[in-house]
Amino acid sequence: MSQKEENSSFYEVWQRRTQHGDLLFGWLTLFFGLVVITLVFAIGYVVWSGSAEARDRFGFGFLFQTGWNPVKHNFGAMPAIYGTLVSSLIAVTLAGPLGILIAVFLSELCPLHLRNPLSFLIELLAAIPSVIYGMWGVFVFIPFFKSGIAKPLASTVGQWLPLFAGPVAAGRGVMVAGIILAIMILPTIAAIAREILAVVPNHQREALLAVGATRWEMIWYGVLPYSRAGIVGGIMLGLGRALGETMAALMVIGSAKSTIENSLFAPGITAAALIASELPNANDSLHESTLILIALVLFGITLILNILARLLVWQVSRGPVGTIRA
Amino acid sequence: MSLTKNRQIVFFCFLALLVFLAPACGSGPAPTDMTKKDQPTVEAETAEPKSAPKTTNSFKPRAVKAKLTASGASFPDPIYQKWIESYKGVAPDVAINYQPVGSGQGRKNFFGGSTDFGGTDKYASDEELETFGKDVFHIPTVLGAVVVTYNLPDLEKIQFSGETLANIFLGKITKWNASAIAKENPGVELPDEAITVVHRSDGSGTTSIFTNYLSSVSKDWQTKVGTGDSVEWPVGIGGEKNPGVAQAIKQTEGAIGYVELIYATANKLPTPAIKNAAGEYVEPNLASTSAAAEGFLKTMPADLRVNIINPPEGEKVYPIAGFTWILVTKEQTDKTKATALTDFLYWSLTEGTKDAEALGYAPLPETVREKALEKLTQIEVAGKPAFKLPK
Amino acid sequence: MITQASNYKQRKIVDQFMRGLMVGATILALIPLFLILGYVIFRGASSLSLAFFTEAYKAPQMSLTGDVQSAGGVLHGIVGSILIVGASLLFALPIGILAGVFLAEYPANSVATTVRFATDVLSAAPSIVVGVVAYILIVQRTKQFSGLAGSVALAVLMIPVITRTTEEILKLVPHTVREAAIALGTPKWKTTFTVVLPAATSGIVTGALLAFARATGETAPLLLTVLGNNNLGYSLLEPLAALPLLTYKYTEMPFPELNDLAWGTALVLTGLVLSVNLLARWATRSRLK
Repeated sequence: MSQKEENSSFYEVWQRRTQHGDLLFGWLTLFFGLVVITLVFAIGYVVWSGSAEARDRFGFGFLFQTGWNPVKHNFGAMPAIYGTLVSSLIAVTLAGPLGILIAVFLSELCPLHLRNPLSFLIELLAAIPSVIYGMWGVFVFIPFFKSGIAKPLASTVGQWLPLFAGPVAAGRGVMVAGIILAIMILPTIAAIAREILAVVPNHQREALLAVGATRWEMIWYGVLPYSRAGIVGGIMLGLGRALGETMAALMVIGSAKSTIENSLFAPGITAAALIASELPNANDSLHESTLILIALVLFGITLILNILARLLVWQVSRGPVGTIRA
Repeated sequence: MSLTKNRQIVFFCFLALLVFLAPACGSGPAPTDMTKKDQPTVEAETAEPKSAPKTTNSFKPRAVKAKLTASGASFPDPIYQKWIESYKGVAPDVAINYQPVGSGQGRKNFFGGSTDFGGTDKYASDEELETFGKDVFHIPTVLGAVVVTYNLPDLEKIQFSGETLANIFLGKITKWNASAIAKENPGVELPDEAITVVHRSDGSGTTSIFTNYLSSVSKDWQTKVGTGDSVEWPVGIGGEKNPGVAQAIKQTEGAIGYVELIYATANKLPTPAIKNAAGEYVEPNLASTSAAAEGFLKTMPADLRVNIINPPEGEKVYPIAGFTWILVTKEQTDKTKATALTDFLYWSLTEGTKDAEALGYAPLPETVREKALEKLTQIEVAGKPAFKLPK
Repeated sequence: MITQASNYKQRKIVDQFMRGLMVGATILALIPLFLILGYVIFRGASSLSLAFFTEAYKAPQMSLTGDVQSAGGVLHGIVGSILIVGASLLFALPIGILAGVFLAEYPANSVATTVRFATDVLSAAPSIVVGVVAYILIVQRTKQFSGLAGSVALAVLMIPVITRTTEEILKLVPHTVREAAIALGTPKWKTTFTVVLPAATSGIVTGALLAFARATGETAPLLLTVLGNNNLGYSLLEPLAALPLLTYKYTEMPFPELNDLAWGTALVLTGLVLSVNLLARWATRSRLK
């Protein structure tokens, strides 16, 4: 159905004035479609206008400053940006390869009777509420991480690599947040990668197997190159989820708001966590406006990331999926 | 795709929804009745006899049905919740919702008009009051001590001077066996362990009291960090509210932080003695907290906004203490709410004091209490007083 | 490339190694799942009792000597969560379904492309940002924390889920069904409401259930909008309690006795969310067969 047909049929209906129902129906559904668009603009507008005071005062330069002192009106978003990016990057570094391996396993190697139960279990991970991840992090993972991973690492590798330097006393920090986020985004990445792999045509596989390739070679030379863009897109969607995650990060990252430490074991803060912890108690308009500005930046980053990711995923899956469904 | 199958699915979904709604609908209304009718009688049995001997003619609140929403300091939260719980036994139809969101948000919500009263351990600034425009009363409820607490299982007893504390929170002292700490604790075997500072990450009256104290004892702190609800911490990790800080300390060996007394003691965390202005090391307890207020009684301002941090004299004074206030507007708009609010506050300030002591909060000095009660009588609805002191 | 890699043994080893890696990755991913569910179930179950479901908040008994006893239950949280999420479902369902119908019935025009894109953007918007908007627009304007403000925020998060599911499911309804109805002279709107939508009911129910599950677990927007309530409340115009908020609050408590409440609340919350999810999956699966 092209746009022209739609318009002309509307027009005819209007002419005959017999089927007002269809016209109404068209406008009604269109209206609700427009509501969705309006929502996006409303979100953008509210955080844009709400952050006016802070934008006038600091410009976007404050994104690159450190220091966070609401009393003295000394605001720098760099620690929050750093914490957000680094924890999300850790998450993607861990969950990306893992998610791809899982997706490949499920779609290429896994015995058929295990495929559904296994992918179902992994998708369950995505259904667990983030506050539960945070809680589990606080009570179970951090105590284990502190003594089992962080301390040994800090006393060996940490001696010469500042990234893993001690002290790890509290355990709460950027690294823990990254790991918890990795668990959270793993199912997202695995699910999208699986979808992408599913649309790789079978002749790709058959051709390689026919020339005597091993299973892995078939995957490496035949399947993965075909779906590269889509998988990257899936990883970016995972990254987007990690960037915007609030509760799990807030509960395990340690809320150190004004400085950036070299060590991944040191406490930090993420943009989302900073907003959640300070917006309700921001006592003057500048402080509030600054937090809204951070929300604006966060919204902007996830927006751009998602546009890029969707474009990549579409590029791969659009055609084939469309033909299958038609 | 057969119709029967579809129907089955829809039916099943419906069934499942019912199962989830069941606890809400099925048992929902019943428990409300329970909380409103049965529970009070249970409470009354336990609460009444306790308070009866104290005042000869027990206070009877006026019969109103009201809901009060409040938010504020987490510092007095244990005692406020206790009061609200006990008060249900006296006035079953008054439901009070106090959310311990921190003093900063408490004031913000109150001045923003979204709560009926606010709780704060830092009195509202002149600027805040001016912006708000309307008359506001600060009703002090209890006195509390901010204690420094730490997590070192093998360390039995330790004491600090203000200077040392400031240097720890500034990040200048990083080890538990640093010479500055050792000098103040002769004979105590200090572990060679790193210090992890734990502080509040939200806007907090507890922080305000603590940073006020550090500023009063350390020039360095005053210039580098200063005083306030939330400050720029040079080192350490942040916890949400008093509970979050206590929890982070508990989870972290070598941690040091500051919380309200009950959060430390109920957790079996140590509460070291702090050196006061008279040069004595004093442990936080009811007596030493009350003593902190005494020096200020004569100079108590009429609006009851006063800091009692680090009083210049008094040998038995614990130096990091403060009043905690409830903020109410002088001109109330809703008569039932005003009635419920003033009755509750009166009850808390009279019969509730016993509960306060049991939780480690020092009751108000008599002169302050009288002034607080007097403020209650000045609260008005449509020009008429909302509350009269019972004879 | 492959022809040059003639060393069969070496290729075989690489193949075996990579297969092992894939199996390992899958097992590794399942470990946290079992750990989280295991902890939530076992630690949560030990703090469950009948009172946990039938009572609201009660002040914990505390004393200076270090005895803390938790009391009461989470009925206020269960009721609050169902009210808030239920109301948000009421907002989101009509908008989501009709927007989905628009996308499915008028798929190829620039407005539809924009709507589709907007749906993607909405589904990717960090929940805290949506919370911030609800906080500014509703809480600050009405000067009142309320369950309703939370509902609106959650509805915004639900809409994209419902819209996309509706669109996908309507596309699956065969064209022949539509054509048959139209050939009988049925107007398009009547075809959609009496033929197409009923055929897609189970799919839409699935979408609604998934949205319900996602919203029930959301914490961040509620943190800014509903404040929390220690009393059992039934009014959406007042502050309400919610299960995820209680989980957060009890987790941050320093007293182990209250942390047990956190595990219990977590179990109720996880149970609710996962079973709604299972139900949604079950509904789709039997439909596709």
